[in-house]
Amino acid sequence: MKAHRSLAERLVLGAPWAWLIVFFMIPFLIVVKISLSEAAIAQPPYKPVFDFADGWEALRKFAELSLSAYAGLADDWLYAQAYLSSLRLALISTLFTLAVAYPLAYAMARAPLRLRPILVVLAVAPFWTSFLIRVYAWITILKDEGLLNHALLRLGLISEPLHIFASDTAVVIGIVYSYLPFMVLPLYNAIARQPPELIEAAADLGAPPLAAFWRVTVPLSASGVIAGCLLVFIPAIGEFVIPDLLGGSDTLMIGRTLWVEFFDNRDWPAASAVAVVLLGLLVGPMALYERSQMAEAGS
Amino acid sequence: MNKPSLIRSAALLLGFAFLYAPIALLMLYSFNASRLVTVWGGFSTRWYVSLLENDQLIASAWMSLRVALMSALLATVVGTCAAIALTRFGRFKGRIAFASMIYAPLVMPEVITGLSLLLLFVALDIPRGFWTVVVAHATLGMCFVAVVVHARLVTLDRSLEEAAMDLGATPGRALLSVTLPLAAPSILAGYGLAFILSVDDLVIASFTSGPGSTTLPMRIYSQVRLGVTPEINAISTILIASVALVLLAGWALGLTGRGRRA
Repeated sequence: MKAHRSLAERLVLGAPWAWLIVFFMIPFLIVVKISLSEAAIAQPPYKPVFDFADGWEALRKFAELSLSAYAGLADDWLYAQAYLSSLRLALISTLFTLAVAYPLAYAMARAPLRLRPILVVLAVAPFWTSFLIRVYAWITILKDEGLLNHALLRLGLISEPLHIFASDTAVVIGIVYSYLPFMVLPLYNAIARQPPELIEAAADLGAPPLAAFWRVTVPLSASGVIAGCLLVFIPAIGEFVIPDLLGGSDTLMIGRTLWVEFFDNRDWPAASAVAVVLLGLLVGPMALYERSQMAEAGS
Repeated sequence: MNKPSLIRSAALLLGFAFLYAPIALLMLYSFNASRLVTVWGGFSTRWYVSLLENDQLIASAWMSLRVALMSALLATVVGTCAAIALTRFGRFKGRIAFASMIYAPLVMPEVITGLSLLLLFVALDIPRGFWTVVVAHATLGMCFVAVVVHARLVTLDRSLEEAAMDLGATPGRALLSVTLPLAAPSILAGYGLAFILSVDDLVIASFTSGPGSTTLPMRIYSQVRLGVTPEINAISTILIASVALVLLAGWALGLTGRGRRA
């Protein structure tokens, strides 16, 4: 296309650019700025960062930086624990999600052709219903006097109720359940596009079905595995709703820490510093995810 | 091939049972006469009746609906522009940065998006309310719309557009009267996705809303924190049923599933 663009073209390109810069880029710079500010006890939350009325004085104030929020982060062992615990829970959940999603995606991809669109819709449909409601549904199931314990006691499989609710286990179950569609879809795409002749060729060459699965199907679905794992792992680290509703008081997750700092402690610099460090942790996985997405989209 | 197909059927059955059983149980217990969520006390619609008397809940449902309609509209317009720019403008300057910003919000933890937008509104001294939530949701939604429409545009046959231009249409005209109608199902699907994301969102709305702009998920969340009540099951059932109806209608029209990639 020509280098000289018409007005309409400029508008089509300019509108999303402007939107992303104003509502995505600049807000992050403000988060960084606030994280480098002192927590003002007297008039904290509602004081504008940049007061135009002050003129040049505002610029000088704006340039005053403080590392106290980060020092607070480093001082309190609880923050480090929250980051580590988030990473651990997100990693465990991602592995379980993969373990649950792979057989499902595989079975979907090998189902009769006319059934596949229906199966895909069925797998994606829960994503269209409220996240909050799907997490809420598990409270009723997992509580000590909940449906799961009720059923297991009735069946005589356990003699005392299992304490799953309000624990890390409940958080993992919640994440696996809520993020399952994100894992199933890329896996399904990666498996469904493999020509079935590959398996036939492996069989002709003497590979038993299981060996053909492990040495042909699984390696060829690697791109789907990577995309699915990143799609679960990255948002799970910063998850708030699931640890808040299903986790116990001792369940540490950084998304919840940020929420508490902001809404309960009203410490904006601390919340911002938590966000900046979290983003720093996620930059690597996010770049990896973006690369896989752009390769997939052929752009 | 008989035995493996048995295993595959079991995988399908178990997988979908895991996905749907919690939702089914939730809906079932919304018809429970007992206040105790886990004890079945007979069939009743009393919780639906008590919903109708819950003015706060109804007000927040209206708020959510208005926010979703508006933010999804904005998201669709800007997101479709972004998708066109990505597919039709070649390797323009800053394309990588542009694409990165489109993909980033898809996986960005909501607490970060919410916090950063709130700080922007505070920095600009904008009072928080209906419009701040709309803008916040539109920002997230436009990225999803861009990805969905982009996935469709790259699969479209460019020669149709070129034929239109050979017949004398300007590139803009060809885009409007050939490409966009062909991409319409994905644009509509994008609108639906942005709408659902908005109706669903708790975290970003909590950060960016002000007094008087409490959305439905915020209301549900505060009630859940006070304790599980069958009334929440009832409102959940209504929400799930409406989404299911929309999905079915969309599917009947052949919108969902097409032009979408993970």
